[in-house]
Amino acid sequence: MKITPEQVDYVAVLGRLHLTQEEKAKYLSQLDDILKYMDTLAEVDTENVPPMASPVELFNPLRDDVVKPSLPIEAALSNAPSIEGTSFKVPKIID
Amino acid sequence: MEYEAVIGLEIHAQLLTDSKAFCSCSTRFGAQPNMNTCPICQGMPGTLPVFNRKALEFTIKMALACNCRINEFSRFARKNYYYPDLPKNYQISQYELPISEHGWVMVETESGQRKIGITRIHMEEDAGKLVHDEFKPVSYVDLNRTGVPLIEIVSEPDMRSPEEAASYLKTLHSVLVYLRICDGNMEEGSFRCDANVSLRPVGTTALGTKTELKNMNSFRNVQRGLQYEIERHTDVLRDGGRIVQETRLFDPVTGSTVSMRSKEQAHDYRYFPDPDLLPLHVPEEWVDQIRQTLPELPAEKKERFISEFGIPSYDAGVLTASRELAEYFEEVVKSFNNPKSVSNWIMTEFMRALKADEKSFSQIFVKPSQLASLLQMIEEGKISGKIAKTVFDDMWATGEDPAKIVQEKGLMQVSDTSELENIILQILKDNPNEVSKYLSGKTQVMGFFVGQAMKASKGKANPGMLNKLLAEQLSKLSQG
Repeated sequence: MKITPEQVDYVAVLGRLHLTQEEKAKYLSQLDDILKYMDTLAEVDTENVPPMASPVELFNPLRDDVVKPSLPIEAALSNAPSIEGTSFKVPKIID
Repeated sequence: MEYEAVIGLEIHAQLLTDSKAFCSCSTRFGAQPNMNTCPICQGMPGTLPVFNRKALEFTIKMALACNCRINEFSRFARKNYYYPDLPKNYQISQYELPISEHGWVMVETESGQRKIGITRIHMEEDAGKLVHDEFKPVSYVDLNRTGVPLIEIVSEPDMRSPEEAASYLKTLHSVLVYLRICDGNMEEGSFRCDANVSLRPVGTTALGTKTELKNMNSFRNVQRGLQYEIERHTDVLRDGGRIVQETRLFDPVTGSTVSMRSKEQAHDYRYFPDPDLLPLHVPEEWVDQIRQTLPELPAEKKERFISEFGIPSYDAGVLTASRELAEYFEEVVKSFNNPKSVSNWIMTEFMRALKADEKSFSQIFVKPSQLASLLQMIEEGKISGKIAKTVFDDMWATGEDPAKIVQEKGLMQVSDTSELENIILQILKDNPNEVSKYLSGKTQVMGFFVGQAMKASKGKANPGMLNKLLAEQLSKLSQG
């Protein structure tokens, strides 16, 4: 086992996830399994192989700098649990 | 122990594109909150970003202007963090393989020019804006700015004083504005700067523990913030203390910095390549094409102004600080070939008026050819320099030709000998006390006579002739 229970807790905090003890145990072994794939990959000899920017040989399609209509304001705000004027309203966050 | 400061700056510049980086919403500043949003910049599931070609072009322009190497292949990365101004919970940025790296700019410092290294210039998207309610425990989120293209310009830790940092910042600011890729407005946040500062004993090379400074929204505040932080580090180190690596906010009211204690865990952004965006390919031919479109940059322009127009380095620096001002100067010189006199006028009257009105160049009434005619009239002795200032004020307000203003207001300089003589004789007659003072050897009353004559002519007397004629009349009296 490579992943520690502390690492699972840390990742959960970063992802804002509240995990039960059972879930923690489950994810611990799942994360471990994923890392095992990496171990397998690490066995490949990559000496003299340039790093790959992407697995597909396609490059970014670009668009012209043209403004198109945005969402109507009612639609833009329609999913918000709370609004004030045309702003989304959230609990106060001061860093 | 003597310490030296080591300063590096991170600049964020909003690019002047019409639409956002990854969607087609408008980037216009000042719209009602959330009017310029769509499913992409709101971070709705299932949407896909498509990158703006102009944003890429602008980034390449800046990279070329800063002597950077353009990477043929670059890619976007996700920077992950949770904050209400970031609806996707990640910012599209660049980490490995940025658009450009390894550049430099020359910066004017007290001890001459210094080369400041640029680590990288990369592209990223801006976050939204939060307004905190003063009384209630709520914040208001406006996503209009979310997704507006930014470039981040990261310098090497090459600066050694707050003055050098400010000079570097001004240099990059003027390059961005010259390239017309950023409006450079620091108050509205289209040009922002964070600073990293650390101290080390003079003569050593290892870097000390740094602090990061934020919230300095003017050149002066960058200097003040750094000055304060350097003094704070010095005090801590001299007392045998340790600097804690942290982010601190500059408070412009007190001129000090305060720790931004975050309840959150230490930042762990977990950058990884954005799977929604394919790598960027920038072929060399495209870079060459963009290189052809680069305008003359401020430093080159300054050198050319010194050599071509023979004006002092100081003048050239002031005139080339803004591209519009420099172009205006050149236009005036085309019609009135006395660069030093043009430069004097632009640096005084013209810039005073420009500052007072807070006008932009597109709003100025006075055409370069009109300013040239005004200077021509001074040179030909048609109006005095003093009268010219009032004529200029009229031109500034109305856009009228100087010749017309001079004629309509009867401001033509009096160079008519007999008219001036009449004025002088009258003044000598009206002021017998001063005349006898003069004759008794108190020649400083000459200034009094000149002043009176000027007043009597309503400022229109040709000063050279006035002085000459006055001297003649007074010497007649002394001999008489």
